[in-house]
Amino acid sequence: MPTDEQFRALFEPRGVVVAGASTHPGKFGFVSLHNILACGFEGKVFATNLDGAPVLGVDTVPSIDDLPAGEADLVFVCTPKGANPDLLRACARKGIRAAFLTSAGYGESGEQGRADEAELVALCDELGILLAGPNGQGVVSTPASLCAQIVAPYPPAGSIGVASQSGNFVSSFLNMATATGIGISRAVSAGNAAATTVADFLGWYATDDATSVGLAYVEGIDDGRGFYDAIRAITPSNPVVLVKGGATSGGARAASSHTGSLATDDRVFDGACRQAGVTRAATVEEAFEAAATLATQPLPSGNRVVVMTTAGGWGVVTADAISRSRVLELVELPEDLLAEVDTLLPPRWSRNNPVDLAGGETRDTIPQVMEMIARHPSVDSIVYLGIGIQSNQAAMMKAGRFYPDHGLERIVEYHRRQDARFAQAAHDISVATGKPILTATELAVSDPSNSGPATVRETGRLCYPSANRAVTALEHLTRYAQFRRRTPVA
Amino acid sequence: MSSSSTSSSRTLSEAESKEFLAPYGLPIAPEQVSATAAEAASAAARIGFPVVAKLCGDTIAHKTERGLVRLNLTDAAAVESAATDLLAAARPEDGEVGVLVAPMISGNRELIAGLSLDEQFGMTVMLGVGGVLAEAIADVSIRLIPITPADAEAMLDDLASRALLGEFRGEPPVDRAAVVATLMALNDAAVAHPELVSVDLNPLIISSGRPVAVDALVELGEPQPSAR
Repeated sequence: MPTDEQFRALFEPRGVVVAGASTHPGKFGFVSLHNILACGFEGKVFATNLDGAPVLGVDTVPSIDDLPAGEADLVFVCTPKGANPDLLRACARKGIRAAFLTSAGYGESGEQGRADEAELVALCDELGILLAGPNGQGVVSTPASLCAQIVAPYPPAGSIGVASQSGNFVSSFLNMATATGIGISRAVSAGNAAATTVADFLGWYATDDATSVGLAYVEGIDDGRGFYDAIRAITPSNPVVLVKGGATSGGARAASSHTGSLATDDRVFDGACRQAGVTRAATVEEAFEAAATLATQPLPSGNRVVVMTTAGGWGVVTADAISRSRVLELVELPEDLLAEVDTLLPPRWSRNNPVDLAGGETRDTIPQVMEMIARHPSVDSIVYLGIGIQSNQAAMMKAGRFYPDHGLERIVEYHRRQDARFAQAAHDISVATGKPILTATELAVSDPSNSGPATVRETGRLCYPSANRAVTALEHLTRYAQFRRRTPVA
Repeated sequence: MSSSSTSSSRTLSEAESKEFLAPYGLPIAPEQVSATAAEAASAAARIGFPVVAKLCGDTIAHKTERGLVRLNLTDAAAVESAATDLLAAARPEDGEVGVLVAPMISGNRELIAGLSLDEQFGMTVMLGVGGVLAEAIADVSIRLIPITPADAEAMLDDLASRALLGEFRGEPPVDRAAVVATLMALNDAAVAHPELVSVDLNPLIISSGRPVAVDALVELGEPQPSAR
């Protein structure tokens, strides 16, 4: 396991060297330098190029030996693998403590590659350099404005720390962060994970103030017991969300050709995850949404959920999803809560969970009912549906040929303001009560500018694209809360 | 690392297996091994009818496949006759054999529990739904050794066929504490014996709500270094 100082050299370097910078915009050595410069890294940026040609306005030097000592902590290696041993030795002489290797031809490519990889690991160990990769796509660190990767995007800042055995899944998670606004603290493509494993990165994230949730993609795991022990040490204080490729025999064959490591019986892996308090997701979007939920919602103190909706069908389907859950309980509304809500709504409201307002609400009813529910001691969390409907109508009115006359301007503004208010209320009431309130509407996808989902986003929370996805995320959140309650921090 | 069936591993006979597991308090049906049919009949009388009779010996692992199990024997004559047949069915390669007599445990539900050495995760403990459809249903929950009682509870909750654990066809609900105790006993055996490769308690019959193992099979190999 690398030291904290080495991890900081990787994620918060004072300066970065791109080794093997290229003038060809299709090469890794160009793209990585471009991304570092374009995303506003504030430290010093150096580059090596055999011809010494400037790249993107950066003067290059032919060799690491020509660089000043003590100014760079990280080297981003885009050179062919044969050049790397001498390169790394030169880096160590300049005080560099972390190396990210994109170079291929190591453990993923046969016996010779594996032997070379073992030598590479031994060399970095001897030099005191943290080795990330090889065969990886890069590293992102929003607190340092660092985007040292050969792919896009650079995500919004947040508290999810990503570590992945597949570089493209790093991109997927960062794309989802961009789409939802739930941001990223650190992200790393572990590549072959020759020296620094996904579990190592997750372990450091757990100590990192900028990161509140670890999110990982793994395929084969060589040392399952070691992985379990490492993760089990993290979860009592920090959640870890994991999606695993190779869970089926077909996927396992694809995984073994992908990273060259073994797949285990999925039932053993699944049991190990349960035991370790890992949030295991079946799909990549489920994993991201679970991580986003853990990063932005408080942990519930129990499993009792109330669904609050402004229309019937949504609530029914959501109640079905909660009833099918092995974790969540669709709680029966207590008498005192029924009586309280009765004071605000006409008698046609559902008087049941889901709390269906049945169109009986007036200007202030939604935040008031939501607060009554959230404050009740028999309720642990809320799924809130129906936000944005009026603003959706408002958008049509605004786009139509009658706007702004016939009173349209005023009603459009009113609807937009109301949906923003409801989204803000969901956030504020959640903060005030310490209970999760998850807001769901497909408008988050169909019209993110709708003031409902747009305001959910502004409050720093995820607007779930469907109620079912909100329920799945809440199930993960609740399961993790249960694990935390029964597991003391070591 | 070791695979779950190393070349150096050996499987204990049923009687040896039960003896091996005896110190850990597993709910294993009482039994007696007899050398002759007459002894088997008197052992059955002491245990109480109905009983089962099985041919057992050091090298006999798959009794059911070879037809070496006789169920629901209700009197001494039936036991003596069954034991005579079983002893006659012994093959030379079976080595020294005897007739094992045990009470006939009845219940409509069966579970499976056991230990198994995983190549990547080391020793694991398993709980599953048993019976003839067990393999097709594949409803099992696995944890890594060592486990806590909370882990064992969670294993019960993992089972998809949870309805099986409630009241069932006139039988009381499964005694969860007894299942948890069974899993903890397996845990203790695994921790005490780094040379264990696998343990099979199959079936674990739910009799009046409590699990009872009527068969046990222990496989031993080289001691495993870590992770216990």
